[in-house]
Amino acid sequence: MNASTKSHSFDLATASVRELNAALHALKDGTNASLWQVANPRGLHAIAAGLDAPVTVEVDGPVGYYCGGMNKQATIIVRGAAGVGVAENMMSGRVEVAGDVSQAAGATAHGGALIIGGDAGARCGISMKGVDIVVKGSVGHMSAFMAQAGTLTVFGDAGEALGDSIYEARLYVRGGVKSLGADCVEKEMRDEHRQELYERFKLAGVEGELDPSDFKRYGSARTLYHFHVDNASAY
Amino acid sequence: MNEHVKAPAAPRTLPRESATFDAYTLSEIRRAAATGIYDIRGAGAKRKLPHFDDLLFLGASMSRYPLEGYRERCGTDVVLGTRFAKKPIELKIPITIAGMSFGSLSGPAKEALGRGASAMGTSTTTGDGGMTQEERGHSTKLVYQYLPSRYGMNPDDIRKADAIEVVVGQGAKPGGGGMLLGQKISPRVAKMRTLPEGIDQRSACRHPDWTGPDDLEIKIEELREITDWEKPIYVKVGAARPYYDTALSVKAGADVVVVDGMQGGTAATQEVFIENVGIPTLAAVRQAVKALQDLGMHRKVQLIVSGGIRNGADVAKALALGADAVAIGTAALVALGDNDPKWEAEYQALGTTAGAYDDWHEGRDPAGITTQDAELMKRLDPEIAGRRLANYLSVMTLEAQTIARACGKSHVHNLEPEDLVALTIEAAAMANVPLAGTTWIPGQSGGF
Repeated sequence: MNASTKSHSFDLATASVRELNAALHALKDGTNASLWQVANPRGLHAIAAGLDAPVTVEVDGPVGYYCGGMNKQATIIVRGAAGVGVAENMMSGRVEVAGDVSQAAGATAHGGALIIGGDAGARCGISMKGVDIVVKGSVGHMSAFMAQAGTLTVFGDAGEALGDSIYEARLYVRGGVKSLGADCVEKEMRDEHRQELYERFKLAGVEGELDPSDFKRYGSARTLYHFHVDNASAY
Repeated sequence: MNEHVKAPAAPRTLPRESATFDAYTLSEIRRAAATGIYDIRGAGAKRKLPHFDDLLFLGASMSRYPLEGYRERCGTDVVLGTRFAKKPIELKIPITIAGMSFGSLSGPAKEALGRGASAMGTSTTTGDGGMTQEERGHSTKLVYQYLPSRYGMNPDDIRKADAIEVVVGQGAKPGGGGMLLGQKISPRVAKMRTLPEGIDQRSACRHPDWTGPDDLEIKIEELREITDWEKPIYVKVGAARPYYDTALSVKAGADVVVVDGMQGGTAATQEVFIENVGIPTLAAVRQAVKALQDLGMHRKVQLIVSGGIRNGADVAKALALGADAVAIGTAALVALGDNDPKWEAEYQALGTTAGAYDDWHEGRDPAGITTQDAELMKRLDPEIAGRRLANYLSVMTLEAQTIARACGKSHVHNLEPEDLVALTIEAAAMANVPLAGTTWIPGQSGGF
């Protein structure tokens, strides 16, 4: 840590999430209060939601729903598991979860990076709009449903209906895919995709440990982009 | 009989059209047979429904005395969001502008709505597709809709908003999502929604990261945390099970509940959905009010009613039944210039007529309101249209005050169900007021 940075400790056994978030929301760009350590999260909801400053928040334990929701700029590190909607609608910054995460991780997120150390539940990356999600484990069913933009990289397996009704997001999966959703197809891995995947490995700090050629790429067949009666059986 | 004299022709009946297979039904069968696809259109239910027209005010008489129409004050202000929000919204009139998206409407149309509403001290509402500068810049009070698609959703806009409306459903299509056809996905609309230009854009029917009232409670907690508990949070539901939906919205932590009846408009949905799913506004109001009363939350959690509100009488009736405010959408568009007979030749060219045009999703609106076409858009001057909306809102307010004074009320919120009777048994049952000339409330009191 830079000598000029200031570290804060926050114990959620004695203070409320409201007090924590109010303190974090009061931070401005250029703050030197750049490291916040949060103890005893105990699955509480909306921890570090709505941040908009280049700070690092380290949470020591499991968090509930919507941790890091709508994050901008901040780096949020969770040393535990996370509940529903971690980093939902994130705009920028980074959210990193050491353990497993529940449903709808990174839902509708527009930007930033979401790194998941364990598995993700159903609908990981649902309606994602530009975020880069890396899941070191596997993802549940309906992941990347209606995914619009960004990348979802899965080191393990994907559940049923991956990428259902997908738009322009790019999906990379190393393991098996139980089934593809409507309008989602396997696509050719070209050099640009291998390069992109390598960048995602770097984002997750595992470059050199994995081989991009072990992954398959999935994306939109773009056959449902215009509603047509001939596609009725796909709906 | 002389064989040369012709027998008179036997009398014949007139051609008889079927009430079941009427002309519209037949045209729809032929349309479906020719195309193989259901009909999509804008607006709300067009069928004849029990509505506020079926209620009458009793006015003052021997037992009540009225207020002087031009001298005694009759308040119209309303405060929304008093339950939890640090900064409730204070409106001068109890008529708000309902959520309508940039995308379905043009930028100038959104600006006009903002200008008109602001001139009258009331709020406008965003829609699917995010917040535009036209809208924020011209709306002194802006409600930001939080929709399943989350198109254009970002925390900066949430913080710029004066309130947040979590949309669970809308009256035209409870349980339905939407689709904006490619013709309206202009480069600007596409960018705001993070989609390729020109494709048909689907709007989800369920929120991506919560399911049910228990989750919604946590979602609302998150939204409050993100906005530091400043903004009122509304929950909007399509009228289907208004008693339970209102109760569950209260349980989930709403400051304001918005109940939208089936006459409430949509930008684009299947005709069969609009006309056959959901219940009329009239049937929803008392159910929603009863839920609030049963929970001891009436007037603590505010109720906004929408769907087919057209004039000050409708406003007064909704308030008398227990609503705190109403919202208008279709009527506001008409005030701007939608379906104006001056464009009749162009409506005819589109195969319709002024007053019936509802193919808003096709983006060819002669009035330049429901379009993204640069040339058509120019037809709407936002300043003039905004002035027209302000005039209309002013008339509605004056009308509601006129009725309230006649009933002896010094504030429109003092109107009450006891001021009303119903013209039909259906309306009496739905509104829980007596059939006119009787003391009979169907389902509640014994006899006449």
